[in-house]
Amino acid sequence: MSKGLPETRTDAAMSELVPEPRPKPAVPMKPVSINANLLGYIGIDTIIEQMRKKTMKTGFDFNIMVVGQSGLGKSTLVNTLFKSQVSRKSSSWNREEKIPKTVEIKAVGHVIEEGGVKMKLTVIDTPGFGDQINNENCWEPIEKYINEQYEKFLKEEVNIARKKRIPDTRVHCCLYFISPTGHSLRPLDLEFMKHLSKVVNIIPVIAKADTMTLEEKSEFKQRVRKELEVHGIEFYPQKEFDEDLEDKTENDKIRQESMPFAVVGSDKEYQVNGKRVLGRKTPWGIIEVENLHHCEFALLRDFVIRTHLQDLKEVTHNIHYETYRAKRLNDNGGLPPGEGLLGSVLPPVPATPCPTAE
Amino acid sequence: MMGKGTQMVRTPGVPGLHFPASLGQLSISASYIARPLICCTQLPAQLEEVGRDSRYSSSYGAMDKEYVGFAALPNQLHRKSIKKGFDFTLMVAGESGLGKSTLINSLFLTNLYEDRQLPEASARLTQTLTIERRGVEIEEGGIKVKLTLVDTPGFGDSVDCSDCWLPVVRFIEEQFEQYLRDESGLNRKNIQDSRVHCCLYFISPFGRGLRPLDVAFLRAVHEKVNIIPVIGKADALMPRETQALKQKIRDQLKEEEINIYQFPDCDSDEDEDFKRQDAEMKESIPFAVVGSCEVVRDIDSRPVRGRCYSWGTVEVENPHHCDFLNLRRMLVQTHLQDLKEVTHDLLYEGYRARCLQSLARPGARDRASRSKLSRRSTTEIPLPMLPMLPLAETEKLIREKDEELRRMQEMLEKMQAQVQQSQAPGEQSDAL
Repeated sequence: MSKGLPETRTDAAMSELVPEPRPKPAVPMKPVSINANLLGYIGIDTIIEQMRKKTMKTGFDFNIMVVGQSGLGKSTLVNTLFKSQVSRKSSSWNREEKIPKTVEIKAVGHVIEEGGVKMKLTVIDTPGFGDQINNENCWEPIEKYINEQYEKFLKEEVNIARKKRIPDTRVHCCLYFISPTGHSLRPLDLEFMKHLSKVVNIIPVIAKADTMTLEEKSEFKQRVRKELEVHGIEFYPQKEFDEDLEDKTENDKIRQESMPFAVVGSDKEYQVNGKRVLGRKTPWGIIEVENLHHCEFALLRDFVIRTHLQDLKEVTHNIHYETYRAKRLNDNGGLPPGEGLLGSVLPPVPATPCPTAE
Repeated sequence: MMGKGTQMVRTPGVPGLHFPASLGQLSISASYIARPLICCTQLPAQLEEVGRDSRYSSSYGAMDKEYVGFAALPNQLHRKSIKKGFDFTLMVAGESGLGKSTLINSLFLTNLYEDRQLPEASARLTQTLTIERRGVEIEEGGIKVKLTLVDTPGFGDSVDCSDCWLPVVRFIEEQFEQYLRDESGLNRKNIQDSRVHCCLYFISPFGRGLRPLDVAFLRAVHEKVNIIPVIGKADALMPRETQALKQKIRDQLKEEEINIYQFPDCDSDEDEDFKRQDAEMKESIPFAVVGSCEVVRDIDSRPVRGRCYSWGTVEVENPHHCDFLNLRRMLVQTHLQDLKEVTHDLLYEGYRARCLQSLARPGARDRASRSKLSRRSTTEIPLPMLPMLPLAETEKLIREKDEELRRMQEMLEKMQAQVQQSQAPGEQSDAL
């Protein structure tokens, strides 16, 4: 998949890979089945185990951004997702913070471990989004931050002496919190998603969903989905990036039925039927966060962490990052950033051909 | 206010004017007749008795020879105003999606919003704030109430909400203008009172207290209308969270110096139950409400109005679940009349004073004590409607009213002197 790369390079690469056409044999070959019974056990399947061992040793990083008006339970949800106190609020001393006048970007990193696998999780919070009287362009600082991370990665990539493992600070996933009004999306929601769905993976989430009854929830979700479709907003998992039929059917089901997930978050435990569960206790009942009859938190968690975590990272790297990179290279006349007239202040580096240049 | 404990004085030939012994309470206003109605709504039983007594005493010769019988006056006024009917204008304001319409329907048990069409987000991108008025006549127990609801769709919806409260402020002032014009006009028999008597402001339960938009709106309207802050969709909150949010809002209101509607203190002679209820009610401001027009079945299979969730049923009329009952009691059952009075005596008079202050005329210095504005602001405030009458006539009207006021004040002082003299020997004159 080459998007926007110069023509010559593609052709050159292609010619290396396609072998000379062989003369047709007189007798057609027996078709080789994929699951052919091998004469003995080779051990190719151990590659999975080898990869797993490597991943466990190196660990991996995941950067998740949360965006939404203050008070929609963003920090609580992230804590509930990763079952630890990973949000910005938990790290800072000051719990009673004032709404900032402009949107700030605050990133907090934690290393969490499960089953021998280490994950460096970074939660990026955006306090001040949508809280002012005039919220024009309040998504701009967020867009700028995301692009800055791509820029950082790009700079590392074009270095002559590259690091073995480039630290990945790019935003892999952006959870956008929709207020549960029960009516429809707010104009600000539309504007934000329109601008940012092309730059980052957006997963819309209906926050504090315990205010809606089942009928209200399904009506609201239908309306939100329709509005997003009408405006051409592609949220993750994007239709155009489904690789095969299997992905497509699975993702279609999620896109058309479950999303946006209506969630409830909590970091307190209560006793229900002899078990301790995470929930919210009200005079009229206890809302269990992980009970699928109550809310869709479990679906969101499985989606983001258990099934699509790697895919989120891949789409970020292969698609969003590549789009950014191509745009940057095109702007710079096909040269990597830092070179040429549009690049840095210094004169262009002579002679030594950079591996990624033509 | 006019309970048993108040000292009453015989009023020589000025019917309808009540002069309580502590003259600090006196306020001369055009609708002084309305005052006794508070007694009517709160203590109907007591008045019934009084009425009965006066009827018996007048026909059979009073058992108590000093009993004149004008204590029945409130009853007569009560009957007259029942015939006339009440009107009340209620405004609801707040972001969309906070349960305003549902709450109004629950409060008045009507479906005022049946034909409403909710616009989509794309339509709201360019929507500006509009003011909508809906009227409904409710009758209960022989008393007719003409209720007007003022809605503010589009408030707080757009991306840029700067100055989105200005149309609301303008609307409220227009109603005052209209009333001022009618009051100064020639035909005063049928003045339609379209002034906004109360504004229910809905605060989001999802935020952490008042948002900047809330503060800006409340600041713009708090001197012009009675504000009752309400937390909508309160079933989103656990009890602890509700208390914390209420406290935060109260602190913020104090910090920003926003004057919400203050419930009058109940009289010292009210019974303990009432006092306790009253104190409870005051403690629970802002009211955390849940609205519903659907009847569902709760755990014991009783039909209740509420919302049915998978984890339980919220009952709208259960005081442990939300403050709906408190709000209804306060708004409809006990303080409806007081809201109208405060609107008239305090807010309208303030507007009127500011308005008339802006007229450049002799004798304006007298009014300076009544108005807070300085004379410098004369040029800034455009005079809205008085240009309709020729200036000289208006001047005359004002001077006449001034004279009236001065005469009344003199009479007052004479009264006061008399009362003090009669009280000097140490005995207190009793009303009845």
